[in-house]
Amino acid sequence: MTLRVQSLSVERGGQPVIAGLSFEVAPGAALILRGPNGIGKTTVLRTLAGLQPPVSGTIDYPEDTAAYASHADGVKPTLTVTENLTFWAQVYGRAVPGSVYAAFDLDALRGREAGTLSAGQKRRLGLARLGVIGRAVLFLDEPTVSLDRFSVQMFATFLRDTHLAAGGIAVIATHIDLGLDAPELDLTPFRALATDRGGSDEAFL
Amino acid sequence: MKALLIRDLRLGLRAGGGFGLGLAFFLIVVVLVPFGVGPEAAVLTRIAPGILWVAALLAALLSLDRIFALDFEDGSLALLATSPLPLEAAAVVKALAHWITTGLPLTLAAPGLGFLLNLAPDAYFYLLASLALGTPALSIIGTFGAALTVGLRRGGLLLSLLVLPLYIPTLIFGAEAVRRGADGLATATPMVMLAGITAGAFALLPFASAAALRVNLR
Repeated sequence: MTLRVQSLSVERGGQPVIAGLSFEVAPGAALILRGPNGIGKTTVLRTLAGLQPPVSGTIDYPEDTAAYASHADGVKPTLTVTENLTFWAQVYGRAVPGSVYAAFDLDALRGREAGTLSAGQKRRLGLARLGVIGRAVLFLDEPTVSLDRFSVQMFATFLRDTHLAAGGIAVIATHIDLGLDAPELDLTPFRALATDRGGSDEAFL
Repeated sequence: MKALLIRDLRLGLRAGGGFGLGLAFFLIVVVLVPFGVGPEAAVLTRIAPGILWVAALLAALLSLDRIFALDFEDGSLALLATSPLPLEAAAVVKALAHWITTGLPLTLAAPGLGFLLNLAPDAYFYLLASLALGTPALSIIGTFGAALTVGLRRGGLLLSLLVLPLYIPTLIFGAEAVRRGADGLATATPMVMLAGITAGAFALLPFASAAALRVNLR
């Protein structure tokens, strides 16, 4: 199981943003996407996750193995921490592993309504979803926003020791150093030219 | 699918979930009508089927924009779209959850409110039956409208404009069934049409809703 991306071009709002992006990630490896704000990291990740079609190029990974984590956590404020996690586990047809609470320091918060959590705690709950759904290919968009240094370390440990160690793949857009032994890919050289064609009417065809 | 249904019902019933909003609206409209048209029992009996159906329809409309908007805002819609659950199934489940929190209570409350409007005694059964057959169509059509307008700021008005014309057949056959029931006429034709609209909407619209969601999630 390898993630292969070949000459990928993506667009946002009808404007081409990234063109000619190619990379390959082997099982057990991660790739860090770098680049200034607005370069298209989120758009690339959304395209990889299948939320929008690529303009051109191919994305290849085994079907039904990927999961996406966006800026937003998808946490429901009126459900408790356990209910939130159980819901995602059931959607993916799994049970919540007991270790996930400890891995994301949520043990003391199990019965709390998610609406009463702090921003960092909510983020940890959002990330704990990744430990529950058991997907091998993760597309993570700024996973460490609003996390403190300790929680960043905790998340990096989860990625390295639980996810990647089990042969998983992670593509991560981030501005900070996660402490992972992973290659970095700067998207700046792949910035699309304004003359590249974008298909703003494509959605209706 | 079951997980999503249980979650949506839980969200609907907890604080701020909007359960009871449609029911309260239904109650208020039906209580206000006799004050507006006057207490003449014969007039109320005559207009009761139409008023009850219009009020139920508007009450169902009230909570439509919440179907996808909240999930869109907090990001869970994108996460659901990338999950193993097909968006078509998610649309059906959302419509079902909307019906259980809106259409079902409306149906059950309607006979009590029919009493306030001096509904003809023969019509109660047809009121209950026509609402039970028709309100699922309101939910699934509304889910389609909500899928079309998800992500739009203040999409509620546009949603109403899109959905109301699609509600008209359900309203016509629903109110007609009750009226015929009240007059002791045969009700089979409007009832069958109503059931047909509901079945057709459930068969076709989830695919349209899912397609609209995919476009809106880009």
